[in-house]
Amino acid sequence: MKQATNNEILKIEKLKKYFHIGKDKKGPIYVRAVDGVALNIKYGETLGLVGESGSGKSTIAYTVVGMYRPTSGQIMFKGKNIGVEASRRSLFSKKEIQIVFQDPGSSLNPRQTIEQILALPFRIHTQMPKRQFRKKMVELLEKVELSPDYLYKSPPSIGGGEKQMVAIARAIASNPSLIVLDEPTSALDVSVQAKIINKLIDLQKEMNLSYLFITHDLSLMRNVANRIAIMYLGKICEVADSVTFFEKPLHPYTQMLISSVPVITEEEKKLKPKKVISIGEIPSPVNIPPGCSFHLRCPYKMSICSKVDPEMIEFSPGHIVRCHLFAKLENKK
Amino acid sequence: MKTKENILLDIKDLHVWYRVYSGYLKVLNGVHLMVREGERVGLVGEAGCGKTTTMKSILQILPPGDFHIPQGQIFYKGQDVLKMSFKELQSLRSREIAMIFQDPTAALNSVFIIGTQIGDVIKYSSAFAENEHKETIKEQSVKALKEVYLPDPERMLINYPFQLSGGMKQRVCIAMAISSPRNLLIADEPGTSLDVTIQDQIHRLLNEIVEKRKTSIILITHSLGVAKEMTDRIYVMYAGTIVETATPEVLFKNPVHPYTKGLLASVPKISGGGIARGIPGKLPSYLHPPSGCRFQLRCEQESPICSEKSPPLFEIEKDHLVACYLTQR
Amino acid sequence: MRNSNQPNNSIAISLVRPKSIFWINLGKNWYKFSRNKLSIVGLVIVAGMIISAILAPWIIPYPDHTGPFVDFENAMQPPSLQNLFGTDYIGRDIFSRVIFAFRGALIMAVVVLAIAVPPGILLGLIAGYSQNTWIDTIIMRITDVFLGVPPLMLALAIASVLEPNLMNSMIAISLTWWAWYARLVYGMASSVRNEYFVIAAHLTGASKFHILLREILPNCLSPVFTKMALDVGWVILIGASLSFVGLGEQPPTPALGQMVSDGAIYMPNLWWVIVFPALAIVLAILGFNLLGDGIRDMLEIGRD
Repeated sequence: MKQATNNEILKIEKLKKYFHIGKDKKGPIYVRAVDGVALNIKYGETLGLVGESGSGKSTIAYTVVGMYRPTSGQIMFKGKNIGVEASRRSLFSKKEIQIVFQDPGSSLNPRQTIEQILALPFRIHTQMPKRQFRKKMVELLEKVELSPDYLYKSPPSIGGGEKQMVAIARAIASNPSLIVLDEPTSALDVSVQAKIINKLIDLQKEMNLSYLFITHDLSLMRNVANRIAIMYLGKICEVADSVTFFEKPLHPYTQMLISSVPVITEEEKKLKPKKVISIGEIPSPVNIPPGCSFHLRCPYKMSICSKVDPEMIEFSPGHIVRCHLFAKLENKK
Repeated sequence: MKTKENILLDIKDLHVWYRVYSGYLKVLNGVHLMVREGERVGLVGEAGCGKTTTMKSILQILPPGDFHIPQGQIFYKGQDVLKMSFKELQSLRSREIAMIFQDPTAALNSVFIIGTQIGDVIKYSSAFAENEHKETIKEQSVKALKEVYLPDPERMLINYPFQLSGGMKQRVCIAMAISSPRNLLIADEPGTSLDVTIQDQIHRLLNEIVEKRKTSIILITHSLGVAKEMTDRIYVMYAGTIVETATPEVLFKNPVHPYTKGLLASVPKISGGGIARGIPGKLPSYLHPPSGCRFQLRCEQESPICSEKSPPLFEIEKDHLVACYLTQR
Repeated sequence: MRNSNQPNNSIAISLVRPKSIFWINLGKNWYKFSRNKLSIVGLVIVAGMIISAILAPWIIPYPDHTGPFVDFENAMQPPSLQNLFGTDYIGRDIFSRVIFAFRGALIMAVVVLAIAVPPGILLGLIAGYSQNTWIDTIIMRITDVFLGVPPLMLALAIASVLEPNLMNSMIAISLTWWAWYARLVYGMASSVRNEYFVIAAHLTGASKFHILLREILPNCLSPVFTKMALDVGWVILIGASLSFVGLGEQPPTPALGQMVSDGAIYMPNLWWVIVFPALAIVLAILGFNLLGDGIRDMLEIGRD
């Protein structure tokens, strides 16, 4: 089951990130944002990470990129452990791993011009003399289909889609190999999203990039990711390649999510599982229910589900799921 | 008398301009929109196309002093809203039409408890009600919260907004909107800031309310999937004009306007197939809009008449109107 | 290797940049500033004050009345065509003295702000960036101490130790004034520091220097400039309070507060001796207040 690690650009093992938010009588209270996650991304692949609020997907993204220090567990990038906070990482890993944030409005400094924004990665990660910056920047803008006069504009005067293109240009300026994309198009319209997604796919082929793509939009995921992992309250529920994920969703949460997606064509409608109506609110990550964290909302709940947390089981090669419903298969093997 | 045929809201040729430093932003360029009694109407369009401006014009809550309406009429139950007096507008806002905003956190006042906020809504609408309600405000608040399936309504009344989740806050906003009988609800992207499973719940709740009370609803969304499942008729809006309108079945099976076609192609589908390249170009400048059809710069087909005059809505089959000269070939 | 298909954009860019961008930005800023007509009124008042203060020695009708001068024949004359604001108890023209006093007041304001603002900004920046560490605590508690000291008291204390003159009064006010800027910038910096663009710069390896001065600081300056405009008015007022009690500029050099205090005993008969200097103070504060509002509007980040 364990693959050779030399074709994996990123390998996350047993990652936990807890946030300490206070104490009560029983002891310190933690928000268990990420609670034992294992993921890997191969070179040139797009791994999609799907989940709702509180699932921990953004926390994983931020830990990979260095905003947080893992509470425990390992993050291996190109074979080296980078599980520390950004200021303690090497310049090399800062160059190689970049991030594009969700809200283009706040990820670009409104008091700077695009030229200044793009100059930063050039200054830090290349030895280029300053006179060559402008030329390189124009080339960069061209790559994301923005005209050179954007250099003198500043973020408040350009639209959301264009801002996100600038954020992408900033991310590729240092010539990285892994880009983490945290819901890059959630705040944008569908036609702008189409443009940006297609551009990301083009860039991936051109520059041989790997993507960790995070979103809550399943239909987008289907068309962007090679493999999809779905998370609930800090743990991974299911991982499969994108076709299998939709044709044969195993975990009840996966089915619930897919059935909530509003669709517009007949063939999509047929693909949706019989309505697993979503019930209940998402529990807060401070009060994670015992046993399987999903059991309170699960229509297939069994008695074991409220007591024992299920293990990850391999249903078929490349398709793993964490649910008691499939435990019997593992026992049969 | 067939109630479905009664027209509740009729916007005719609405033009709205905003004043900015270099002139006027001519945002709305002839909007036609009609809502019948008990009907669910969807308004689909992308950011900046003027959906919220249109809705704010209905309730006349545009920023004062900064806008100008050169022409157009908004008929509500036969009366032109643009010519209403202040008192008539107050009555309109407190008894007839309610708006549910996109971001429930911003729509609720964070320093007052829920009970106060719903109580205020009820108090001010009762001031214009003809009947004196026998129940107290508190009883009415609890009733409204029960309608939106909020658990433990009495306890909810003393909670502050920050203690509630996004979905609950949106339910509170809906409860405020339906706390007194209304004829028209305007929901501005009610699920957008919420998770998709919660969004699903909110949309089903709105559906139920609309069916039970025979209220009409205008649902603004930028998600075509939501529009398909939740509306009886859809208006597609682009750059301040209505470009196409039809029932969902007709619209998705047979889109005619190039923008609608482009939009549908850009939507990712769970059956795969990749995403189309989007629509080339971007929104025209509202400051100096092109004369004639506002989509012409991004349209693949063109004819000379497109730049002369804005196309009116042509009826190409029953209840399917398209604002495009190409339909007239 | 430059792509030969690409038109000569780089040359086009260097032509576009300096000229038209500057004027475009100026136009936008002026629009934002002038939305409120009162801001323009403020600008006119302040511009008028500054110009007359700079040109004072050459434009005032009786320049030597600002130095040692007596003319008892013309003393205590009401406002007239020769003496627009009248003359005081030893015959000096009040109009000339008021304009000249403005000079001192504005110089005091400029010097105080020049001394107080930069350290205040710097300390506030550092404290805001190092939020919740010992650096933050030390800086902000020191700031708290200085915020609690009334400038007037400190000036009196200093005057009793050193000589009472303009320089020492300015030092006294500056010693307490910086704290307000530190507090202001601290608030802004501690919230800006959590914005995604700052995090992005940090993640890509930017130095602390760059983050503080290039990312965070430009986003903190808007309230600082507004406050500076308002503060000129405040410093003038405090300066007038100091000269009212005899600190600040010493006679015969005119100072607004000093003129008010000298003329107090002659009230209500020689009303012009007090009223005009007082009105001058009011006008100064009003002008800077309105200007400050305009500056705040101008610095707002808006969609263009």
